[in-house]
Amino acid sequence: MSEPVIRHYGPKAYADHPPFSYPDYRSTVKRSPTHDLIRIVQTLSETTGPGPAWTEISEEDTDLTTNTGTGSPAIGERIIVTGRVLDENGHGLPGTVVEIWQPNASGRYAHWRETEFPAPLDPNFVGVGQCLTDDHGGYRFTTIKPGPYPWGNHPNAWRPAHIHFSIMGPSLGTRLVTQMYFPGDPLIPLDPIFNSAPPHARSRMIATYDHEVTEANWALGYRWDVVLRGELATPMDERDD
Amino acid sequence: MSELLGQTPSQTVGPYYTLRLFKEGENVLVPPGHPGRIAIQGRVLDGDRNPIEDALLEIWQANSAGRYRHPDDHRELALDNGFTGFGRAITDFETGEYIFETVKPGRVPDAEGAFQAPHISLIVQGRGMLNPVFTRIYFSDEDEANRDDLILRGLPAARRGTLIAELVETAVYRFDVLFQGEDETVFFDF
Ligand SMILES: [Fe+2]
Repeated sequence: MSEPVIRHYGPKAYADHPPFSYPDYRSTVKRSPTHDLIRIVQTLSETTGPGPAWTEISEEDTDLTTNTGTGSPAIGERIIVTGRVLDENGHGLPGTVVEIWQPNASGRYAHWRETEFPAPLDPNFVGVGQCLTDDHGGYRFTTIKPGPYPWGNHPNAWRPAHIHFSIMGPSLGTRLVTQMYFPGDPLIPLDPIFNSAPPHARSRMIATYDHEVTEANWALGYRWDVVLRGELATPMDERDD
Repeated sequence: MSELLGQTPSQTVGPYYTLRLFKEGENVLVPPGHPGRIAIQGRVLDGDRNPIEDALLEIWQANSAGRYRHPDDHRELALDNGFTGFGRAITDFETGEYIFETVKPGRVPDAEGAFQAPHISLIVQGRGMLNPVFTRIYFSDEDEANRDDLILRGLPAARRGTLIAELVETAVYRFDVLFQGEDETVFFDF
């Protein structure tokens, strides 16, 4: 039992991800590498990662409509966002931490950065939560539907409604930060951040309205799965466990 | 072979990630007075060499015995109570400086049965970054181990130095992350 397990993760599918520099999103131009990435063989440093240790010290905090502790609920359209964290092979990833943050129903973040957007803060909404996935990789949050908000990228630029998701996964290379969008949002096709992803992969960032998730007299339901890099498929008899 | 599911595209952490992704103290991995405690500090610089004032840095490292706190690492080496090997830091909005307080990791195996030089894996993200970049922090006072390190040896000689944190005073290292230009930090794909 003293030998470490060295797994072999498939590559980050760069063709499914945005480029580092995407000039329509202006601030990427000076914040992107210009040399090619250098390919290295995966060692224990890459095939392990902070995910499991992070899980050990993280607690569930999944109801953003009440988690400010003020005793009053947040204002806005209450929604349920649920889905699974999967690897590319379709296996649910249990016990991984899903961290989210978002603006309130008016499109305002409870953040100290200055903004010229005169939308109200909601004292009963901070817009942060985290969930530990269940045995099948499932996660579930109750929150408020975030509002769109303006940003300074170009004249009259607005971000479509979105929730930021951060997921560690089991290894260093499975680390993913992304954004979940809502179906039918007219701002989506105008958004350079959404459009930075290659066309064939963009729809993977849009949740689906799911009436099965919707709860009567309570909240509308959205479903959204997240797919991380997975281990390369190997025949079962080659696996050492 | 069955078809793979498509990976969910990466998106920027944006300007507001500190709401969730950084809490005071997450950049301090060992308490004051801990044996072997070191500081690693520096800045993240953009293509014009302006400091990036809202970068998120995440480190992942073995403990001082060279063991990762991870279920795949069941080597018979000591684990330290409370030492996760994971830390998060943000660059200061005014000065652009980040700091980690941790221990120098022990040596972990390489792909050919020998040992790597002590190193810390580093992920950098920020507003204006659509993907994370992955790099490594090595240490300037580990010359001999660095010379033998498979990954450092695989790099163009002129770029190796970009991964080496400079010992600037006792137990304090300086490590800047540079985007673009001749002296751009080496970023990895694996
Ligand atoms: Fe946002």
